[in-house]
Amino acid sequence: MGATETTATEEGRGGSQGGDEQPLIHILWINAGLSCDGDSVSLTAAMQPSIEEIVTGALPGLPKIAVHWPLIDFECGPVQGADNFIEWFFKADRGELEPFVLVVEGSIPNESIKQEGYWCGFGDDPATGQPITTSEWLDRLASKATAVVAIGTCATYGGIHAMAGNPTGAMGVPDYLGWEWKSKAGLPIVCVPGCPIQPDNFAETLTYLLYQLAGSAPMIPLDDKLRPTWLFGATVHEGCDRGGYYEQGQFATEYGRPECLVRLGCWGPVVKCNVAKRGWINGVGGCPNVGGICIACTMPGFPDKFMPFMDAPPGSHISSNASSAYGSVIRKLREITTKTVDKEPKWRHSGDRLTTGYRPPW
Amino acid sequence: MAPTTKAAGDGSGLVEMSWDPITRIVGSLGIHTKIDFKQKKVAECYSTSSVFRGYSVFMRGKDPRDAHFITSRICGICGDNHATCSVYAQNMAYGVKPPHLGEWIINLGEAAEYMFDHNIFQENLVGVDYCEKMVRETNPGVLELAERTEAPHAGDHGYKTIADIMRSLNPIEGEFYREALQVSRYTREMFCLMEGRHVHPSTLYPGGVGTVATVQLFTDYLTRLMRYVEFMKKVVPLHDDLFDFFYQALPGYEEVGRRRILLGCWGSLNDPDHCDFTYRNMTDWGRKMFVTPGVVVDGKLVTNDLTEINLGIRILLGSSYYEDWQGQEQFVTHDPLGNPVDPRHPWNQHTIPQPQKRNFDDKYSWVMSPRWFDGKDHLALDTGGGPIARLWSTALSGLVDIGYIKATGHSVVINLPRSMTKPETTFEWKIPQWSNAIERNRARTYFQAYAAAAALHFAEKALAEVRAGKTQTWEKFEVPDEGLGCGFTEAVRGVLSHHMVIRDGKIANYHPYPPTPWNASVRDSYGTPGPYEDAVQNTPIFEENSPENFKGIDIMRAVRSFDPCLPCGVHMYVGNGKTVQTMHVPTGLSGLTA
Ligand code: SF4
Ligand code: SF4
Repeated sequence: MGATETTATEEGRGGSQGGDEQPLIHILWINAGLSCDGDSVSLTAAMQPSIEEIVTGALPGLPKIAVHWPLIDFECGPVQGADNFIEWFFKADRGELEPFVLVVEGSIPNESIKQEGYWCGFGDDPATGQPITTSEWLDRLASKATAVVAIGTCATYGGIHAMAGNPTGAMGVPDYLGWEWKSKAGLPIVCVPGCPIQPDNFAETLTYLLYQLAGSAPMIPLDDKLRPTWLFGATVHEGCDRGGYYEQGQFATEYGRPECLVRLGCWGPVVKCNVAKRGWINGVGGCPNVGGICIACTMPGFPDKFMPFMDAPPGSHISSNASSAYGSVIRKLREITTKTVDKEPKWRHSGDRLTTGYRPPW
Repeated sequence: MAPTTKAAGDGSGLVEMSWDPITRIVGSLGIHTKIDFKQKKVAECYSTSSVFRGYSVFMRGKDPRDAHFITSRICGICGDNHATCSVYAQNMAYGVKPPHLGEWIINLGEAAEYMFDHNIFQENLVGVDYCEKMVRETNPGVLELAERTEAPHAGDHGYKTIADIMRSLNPIEGEFYREALQVSRYTREMFCLMEGRHVHPSTLYPGGVGTVATVQLFTDYLTRLMRYVEFMKKVVPLHDDLFDFFYQALPGYEEVGRRRILLGCWGSLNDPDHCDFTYRNMTDWGRKMFVTPGVVVDGKLVTNDLTEINLGIRILLGSSYYEDWQGQEQFVTHDPLGNPVDPRHPWNQHTIPQPQKRNFDDKYSWVMSPRWFDGKDHLALDTGGGPIARLWSTALSGLVDIGYIKATGHSVVINLPRSMTKPETTFEWKIPQWSNAIERNRARTYFQAYAAAAALHFAEKALAEVRAGKTQTWEKFEVPDEGLGCGFTEAVRGVLSHHMVIRDGKIANYHPYPPTPWNASVRDSYGTPGPYEDAVQNTPIFEENSPENFKGIDIMRAVRSFDPCLPCGVHMYVGNGKTVQTMHVPTGLSGLTA
């Protein structure tokens, strides 16, 4: 940039992309819900694809995009001077950015339960000098956005900041806009839960949406909690490599052991999340697969329905006891088989006689 | 509406300018300033945070064992520091000492966090302030000089001129920028090997970790660690060249972001041979940490005693949206050693939110004003983003000596072993003359090397345990009905403490104090400004742009040198109220597909 300076009005038409038919898609990212920015940070870890690949359009058919993302945006100028970051949001509000995708990170507090002030704000209102609340931005921008994406369990369902006893009345974007809400392009709210999001899960969803907006993919398949079905269709348990121990009735009684963690607090059997199967980053890490109980951080009921985290889930006793009973029988039988398969066949030997069963034709 | 500059309405000739939200930091921070363009100086600065979540409110009444899972969510880039600190506080409250191996695993995880976080922040967030594109837009004269200036350590990092280094930092296009993103990924893999996932760990528990300790685990870590060691042999000289150049190119640049030396470090990376997590012995095991705790005032070490540090913490109000808790019940009157505990200490804090209009003459932020009481004054300590305080405190104490790292009393010597293509290398961080933006940034790079060196030591210790067959990583404990705990560590950005009170087996009070509340704190009840405010108010403006095209790069460099971790805004006053008409096309991550 720098060399390519243009006036604010020219800008509004979607950038000077010279003769290209495909419109530039703007991505406006509000990280100022009640959040920790962990989803922004997490996305920088994505490798399939990476953020560099997304913004440079390194996958064939990806549309051109301009990302206005506080975490790593180049623009850093003052509100009253050059390169004012927040100005992009005002432009969108004035209808000068078309099309744009709104990404919301963090839960939405209830601003109507108090006399004055704000629980959370993003940029200032030039008229009043007071912060513009995140809910007001949603009111202003949601109807103008081609798609609204909620990133992280806070933005999707309220999450940790919506815990019982919280002072802010926090909720997720669908609670705020309505679960049946549709964008002007007919898209429901797209929810990518996770605390934080698994990096590739979000990169993949974003890529899918960009393909959809470019006209090359059908409507993104979402379940009734607005999650992409190909990512959140299976449970943690179904993808956990400790499932074998579960089946054999082998349950860890101390953290740090390789067996199934269900009696130490793992909620994997009832939680929709692909982390145990996918790994956290580049196949490394995870939760129960590497010794961390699943605390159900992707779920609408998180966290309250899963606390205290380190207690065994109440429903798990019956099933894990049953598994202990038949598991010990299965284990016995497997031990016998294991002994057999742990031995090489008898024809592997040195010596001058071939005993593999091969008969030379001569 | 075209953005306009606004003359301060007080006839001072100052120009009001604000950055809200500030980009390339974590969280929402606003900086509101009044700028004196004639004197080329920032006259006034207010730091404001516009997000309140209320952890200490909703944690009350919860099971204490949930604390590390919950508090991790305080921060999306250093949440694991919170989980760790909480586990420390819980260990103290439950009276449990994890197996040595469990502690080495946590140290390895936390060392990887430093390596990851400092790397991504330095190159992909702060680095952009020093990239060719930014320097061209703010100080074209400096860029010209950079083109003509050979990099003294070109042989170590491969960039011939300073301008080449700057170009390599350009967002996405820059080669080094992209390499750093990759480094931030494999360092997170290292982290995940030890703590499960990033940034909210899955395998940390009071009493130890759930990580299964095998030879594979440590080999996978060590392999990546040595790649990082090799990387640091290039990065330390690269940043020395870049930062030294700014002093040379802009005489007086040492004043940018400078403030009085008032540094706090709460120590980090425990030595399991000494740390038993008892409050009684905290002074002793605190001094055995692999980063030495300390309060440094005007270059002198005031104390490195964690008990003394603990008792000196005060939480003041003054400009924040809370009701005072004076007269409310005091949870802890005396510490376990019988020392009196102040009502303004975090153990005794009550958090009573009171949302209200923002008013820079009165209340203007959700951040409180933590201070450290030295018996006379309530000092507005800063962490300088973490590394500068850690190195300074460790250097002065002269206690760390593990071969890979040696503290000398006036410096820290870091020895990195031979790696694939580079020989054994020694770096020495010497106590700088100033606490300013450039030295905060420089220290960040040196501390990356420090963390890598420390991790080599931890990996050796851990592998020795595994080879000896001592693979237990977790120890059982009971939650008491009544209890008290405090945890101290160094989050990436500096001092971190967690204070917990247990009653009837539940959390009765819990107050985490991360570094940013210290750095981003606001004018306290005595009128003392917080560190950002203080540092920015002293910042001269070197930018060549007129008020109309002003970016405030020097202000941003001052603020970002602290590695802010929240929403922050600066309002600055710039000039004569002209209308700004030109806008730039999308930049940074924007418009690159064009
Ligand atoms: S550890 Fe959890 S997810 Fe894995 S098998 Fe056991 S119950 Fe299932
Ligand atoms: S496995 Fe459980 S704790 Fe881990 S990311 Fe998935 S839902 Fe969250």
